[in-house]
Amino acid sequence: MKKSRYLALACAGAAVSLGLAACGGSSKTSSGTSSSGASNVSYNAGATAIVNPSSHKGGTLVYLNSGDWDSPDPGNTYYGYSWDFSRLYARTLVTYAAAPGSAGLKVVPDLATSLGQVSNNGLTWTYHLKPNLKLEDGETITSQMVKYAIERTASYSKAGQPAVLPNGPVYWHAFLTDPNYPGAAYDKSPGKMGLAGISTPDASTLVFHLSKPMAEFDNLAAMSQTAPVPPAKDTGTKYELHPLSSGPYMFQSYVPGKSLTLVKNPMWSASSDTVRKQLVDKITVTLNVNAADLDNRLIAGVADIGVEGTGLSPNTEARVLTNPNLKKNTDDVLDGFFRYTAISTKVAPFTNVHCRMAVLYAADHVQMQTAYGGPYAGQLANQVMMPQLAGYQNGYDPYGFAAHPHGDVATAKQQLSLCGKPNGFTTTIAARSNRPAELAGAQALQASLAKIGIKADIYQYPSSNIASVTGTPDFVHKHGLGLMMYGWGPDWPAGFGYLYAIIDGAAITPAGNSNIEELNDPVVNSDMNTVMANNDLNARSQIYATVNQQVMKDAVILPVIYEKALLYRSPQATNVFYSPSMLMYDYSQIGLK
Amino acid sequence: MAAPLDVSPIEATAASEAALAGGGQIEGRSLGQIAWRRLRRDKVAMGGGVVVLLLVLSAVLAPVLTKYFGAPPDQYNPNTVDPSLQIPVGRFGGISLAHPLGVEPSTGRDLFSRILYGAQISLLIATLATLVSVVIGVFFGIMAGYFGGWADALISRTMDIFLAFPLLIFAIALSAVVQQKAFGLTGNALHISVLVFIIGFFNWPYMGRIIRGQTLSLREREYVDAARSLGARPGYVLFRELLPNLIAPIVVYATLLIPTNILFEAALSFLGVGVHPPTPSWGAMLSNAVQYYQVDPEYMLVPGLAIFITVLAFNLLGDGLRDALDPRAR
Repeated sequence: MKKSRYLALACAGAAVSLGLAACGGSSKTSSGTSSSGASNVSYNAGATAIVNPSSHKGGTLVYLNSGDWDSPDPGNTYYGYSWDFSRLYARTLVTYAAAPGSAGLKVVPDLATSLGQVSNNGLTWTYHLKPNLKLEDGETITSQMVKYAIERTASYSKAGQPAVLPNGPVYWHAFLTDPNYPGAAYDKSPGKMGLAGISTPDASTLVFHLSKPMAEFDNLAAMSQTAPVPPAKDTGTKYELHPLSSGPYMFQSYVPGKSLTLVKNPMWSASSDTVRKQLVDKITVTLNVNAADLDNRLIAGVADIGVEGTGLSPNTEARVLTNPNLKKNTDDVLDGFFRYTAISTKVAPFTNVHCRMAVLYAADHVQMQTAYGGPYAGQLANQVMMPQLAGYQNGYDPYGFAAHPHGDVATAKQQLSLCGKPNGFTTTIAARSNRPAELAGAQALQASLAKIGIKADIYQYPSSNIASVTGTPDFVHKHGLGLMMYGWGPDWPAGFGYLYAIIDGAAITPAGNSNIEELNDPVVNSDMNTVMANNDLNARSQIYATVNQQVMKDAVILPVIYEKALLYRSPQATNVFYSPSMLMYDYSQIGLK
Repeated sequence: MAAPLDVSPIEATAASEAALAGGGQIEGRSLGQIAWRRLRRDKVAMGGGVVVLLLVLSAVLAPVLTKYFGAPPDQYNPNTVDPSLQIPVGRFGGISLAHPLGVEPSTGRDLFSRILYGAQISLLIATLATLVSVVIGVFFGIMAGYFGGWADALISRTMDIFLAFPLLIFAIALSAVVQQKAFGLTGNALHISVLVFIIGFFNWPYMGRIIRGQTLSLREREYVDAARSLGARPGYVLFRELLPNLIAPIVVYATLLIPTNILFEAALSFLGVGVHPPTPSWGAMLSNAVQYYQVDPEYMLVPGLAIFITVLAFNLLGDGLRDALDPRAR
């Protein structure tokens, strides 16, 4: 070979090795030496017990997110992982105990001295704040701050006066008196304390005036929306860049789309907080990590936990489940998410119930389950209610999913004729672009519908835009999103906290909407009203079962799976366990060896 | 003995007249024939040409081929895939008589037919985009090269602006915005048009610059001067004198532009911009294959090789054409 060819080969070799080195990535450094007792790292250990219990302090915990927060502002967020993570910097009136198993479903006092004190036939709930609790800037936490935090949420908005913060649960206006309060942005009263539904007789007392009894009110008070916000420091949509912390950690920086970093909050009072731990020095979250890369980084040990709690992508499971060294770092748990396709009642031709039923009959359930990741990733679903909640009915299968696991094309075609579209029609399926499982599920649904002549196109959007895409009814109508791939977890682990936002007509909001199929069935609405007046758990379960059946009759939801997640935990992480209230690992506890 | 130069003038004239009468051995050849002979001698370029031809044929005949080999591209074949592990059941990505190139993980769709239909998309978009680039590039290139002066300055600065455009970002943004309906188009027609527009419309300076350079050198030729001195108008000179002589570089660089466009289209569909599922596209298949490459590397190899072989074939053919058509090459 000529000399120039040797040179060319050498250059090529150098280029290749440089490329390979660049792919190697940097390894994490963790400070301190490992301490505490024997390691109990094994498959599914974290599902029922605490893995690597330890009080060792120090280190930097690294989380990864395949997208970005809808908002880390505790008053403007609607993702379960966001509520779990917000416990690090946002204390609430009450909160869930940090313990594995059913103990983790218990509500315990947090900012308040005790659970709510009920009086006046269930119409008044009173909380007293613990003394001398401070925000990160040294201000004492007052009842006015908690009241203001609730006033600024999406619960208070209406057409013409949209809430500044569009995300987040919308229960307050449905249960407190003064439901027409315009929201903090339009509040003209001194100190912005205009909401008559909450009184603050002094700086440490909060009195909630309910318009109707609500047996599960403590669960409502445990939401991140009750984290205190000083009215003078509220910067609206910019508040998410640095919400003032009441918890063990505070924001060092939030660069939307890139990273979120928390450091220790010196103003946090450990003695007043029976739930949280302050172990590591720093917590970082890397945002917009490509989903496949995210799994690889976890497995390589470059990062500790995937913060979204949706587990390994279904295809990484093949690699992990066949390798015992990796399998011991995983837990396969019902992650409390219900994956379904919402069928809009406002987008033609789904305005007709028979067209909607055609979709339920045509869907290939097993193929959709495989698309979401197969049996390890989810259990076939056939009703709206979830297996772990009261109101679920074993064996209730109104559309015969068990008898026709690959769909019932004949009945689907009959339904199409009944709705006047015997030759099918065109529509659009919306799915989130950064969720490969959801995209695959949308494709499987598309293929199922093609068998009966329904031509569906797939519309993709990033998960951080959820409030303005599927969550905005106008957008849905304008873009003809007849079918929307969706996922829902209970807002709190009981029937009302699960069902209300997705099926009650009163829960429909102009932005940040979760009742994306816009179901407004008077039977369902009135049942959801009466259930909260009932203090008897069994009676409530019966009512939830009836609601379950009515929603399935309305054919607005195509159940796909009760999701299971194969959660991966770094063997270096301590105090890792699955919390049934957080529905993923409890982030308020985790440290590093 | 006769002297070497002792040829009688009458014989010499007769011999040359016989030759000029076209009587057999000596024939003039056109540029095209000369180029074809040279191309034929270049085995590598002919190889590329044959592969290109086969690709185009299989893309065009995809419906026929998939009837006899493989399965329909949109058909889910769940029995070929293990639902728990998501990967194909057979070895080498599920290659079998029924599925000559294997199947997709999770869905079990046949890869042979998906590659062929993906070839349709890649070749269609690349060819149309190249056509758009050539038409715009040749037009403005000739203008700039021939007229010079402020026309040249204006066109050249415009080319600079287009070249500076952040094309990838613009492509991603435009496709996200124009997902459903625009200009009366929907579905695949819309997505393909958007891609052709972005790739073709913004890449014309590549062709424009080359043609401008060629025009600059050609306009000094004697036949241009001759035509002008006979009173020919610029339009005549441009399109009847210069353009025919530019055909060679146009063909060569168009052939070399196609693989660039194939790669660009693959990159865009890798990023999720491009035709929507279930229409197969090589780039989208590659993107999907990333999450499986450690357990089913065959799923990444198949579209990767398809892109590689296509681009290589076009490049070899284009290089061969360039060598064949360049009058100064040895």
